[in-house]
Amino acid sequence: MFRYVFSLAVVAALLPIGVPWLAFVFTIAVSKGLAALGVAMLLRGGLISIGHALYFAIGAYAVAFLMREAGIADLLLLLVCATLITTIAGLVVGAFMVRYRAIFFAMLNLAISMVFFALLSKLYYFTGGTDGLRVATPTILTIQLSRSTFDIILQMSVLILMIASALLIDRYLKSPLGEALRAIDSNEVRLEYLGVSARGTIWAAYTVSAGLAGLGGAISAVAIGHVVPEMSYWTVSGQLVLIAVLGGIGGVPGAFIGAFFLELVQTFAVGLAAEAWNAIIGLSLLIVIFFLPEGLYGLIQRLERLRASPK
Amino acid sequence: MNPILAVRDLHINFGGILAANGINIDIYPHELIAVIGPNGSGKTTFLNLCTGYIRPASGSVVFEGQAITGLSPRTITRRGIARAFQIPQLFSHQSVLENVMLAVAARHGIWEAMTPLARSSYKAEARAILDLLTLGDIDDRLTAILPEGFRKLADIAIAMALRPRLLLLDEPTSGVSSTEKISLMDTIVRVLRDQKITALFVEHDMDVVERYADRVLVWDAGRVAAEGPPHEVLHSASVLERIIGVA
Repeated sequence: MFRYVFSLAVVAALLPIGVPWLAFVFTIAVSKGLAALGVAMLLRGGLISIGHALYFAIGAYAVAFLMREAGIADLLLLLVCATLITTIAGLVVGAFMVRYRAIFFAMLNLAISMVFFALLSKLYYFTGGTDGLRVATPTILTIQLSRSTFDIILQMSVLILMIASALLIDRYLKSPLGEALRAIDSNEVRLEYLGVSARGTIWAAYTVSAGLAGLGGAISAVAIGHVVPEMSYWTVSGQLVLIAVLGGIGGVPGAFIGAFFLELVQTFAVGLAAEAWNAIIGLSLLIVIFFLPEGLYGLIQRLERLRASPK
Repeated sequence: MNPILAVRDLHINFGGILAANGINIDIYPHELIAVIGPNGSGKTTFLNLCTGYIRPASGSVVFEGQAITGLSPRTITRRGIARAFQIPQLFSHQSVLENVMLAVAARHGIWEAMTPLARSSYKAEARAILDLLTLGDIDDRLTAILPEGFRKLADIAIAMALRPRLLLLDEPTSGVSSTEKISLMDTIVRVLRDQKITALFVEHDMDVVERYADRVLVWDAGRVAAEGPPHEVLHSASVLERIIGVA
């Protein structure tokens, strides 16, 4: 697992040296990859959230508010505080979300994210309405750097965060609590008959997944320098599910592979066929669903198994 | 000796059908009890009532001196009652070993997010149980693709990994060929005796009942119609006629 994430990080770190404009693409890909990892975690438990853009937006707006209202300007502090705020939001919303399954779980997540979208759009005085809020360039250890230097440091910080998050979530998914989450998908009743709370297991996963999405949103906010209500719109939630499925939910690298793939396809598809980039993405997803049900990461794993099998 | 499980005047009805109609039972430590009776007589309902899947309309269930009436399956399992199901309840996306390791982890406390489930101590414990139940050679197989006999054993292995003081087995030999029944029950009973687990099993095969049970409870219309040692109960004229269907 570590090999894949580390390889991605090396590629992500080196490519922008040759192709500088890719630095931003990779930073955004990691931010969405983190949020998609949260969605993928829930998918392992058989739970589809089509409202996780809620936490992505909470993380992003938390950065904007912390800078504006609390005067916090340090990058690390902003990311930590925004993740913490989103995790608490996930804990609160998760408390009643754990009572629902299947389509009800999916729709309730969607509903809450759309309520949040409406609030962000309408509460103009606080949120800047549809114009959103500007996010100034944060400081690094109290030093105000130029935007270009900041972007390089941000990219490196994001890569470290990606590796750290991937390692931690990988450990979590292989732990008793993570395996219990996977067991929920196949037999929740049996889990209760082991003396394990299915709701508690889901609540823990939901909270962690919200925190991941919040961290992703916070990274997005500082990378883009602007937050808008569209960050919580249902299409963003759909994109997170798309990334999770595209990358594959069989392992942690899947979410990041899916995010990088989608960002690159999106970037090049817009250039190649500005009117039809959505069709290209749709086609990519169809290919994955029909031919790679375990996603791109599943394909890599399958190729590795073929190579390792005796001739 | 105090009973490990004391059931008093248990009632439940489903749309006018009395599935439990005043059940009174005492089960003593280290007993192996067989429950027999026609289909629909309320045997599985009784297991559901004891394990909290259904709340009784009235009556009480006391386990090791403490009332467990109306508690959730999760709480009752933690108190020391485990259950194996008529249709095996397994985690189909996980291997046999992972299924049993999850039960071992559940006993130790599931709230560990940074240490792997597949740690050596859990593996060793799960493998020991699987070896006892002759599943050691297939522990890496996904439970979804196992034959029914192995699925039954895997379900029982999960229940045993919880180290219960009382184990409730719902038709452990159903779906298993008649030639395999005896070896399956030999295996189960050997483990139960070795680990001093009190057990109650629902069974339709009278040969199995006669061979393994210390005591038989005869179920009819939601209540215990007769009880006693197998050689007495299974040869009583009323039981033969009413329950077993031999005139």
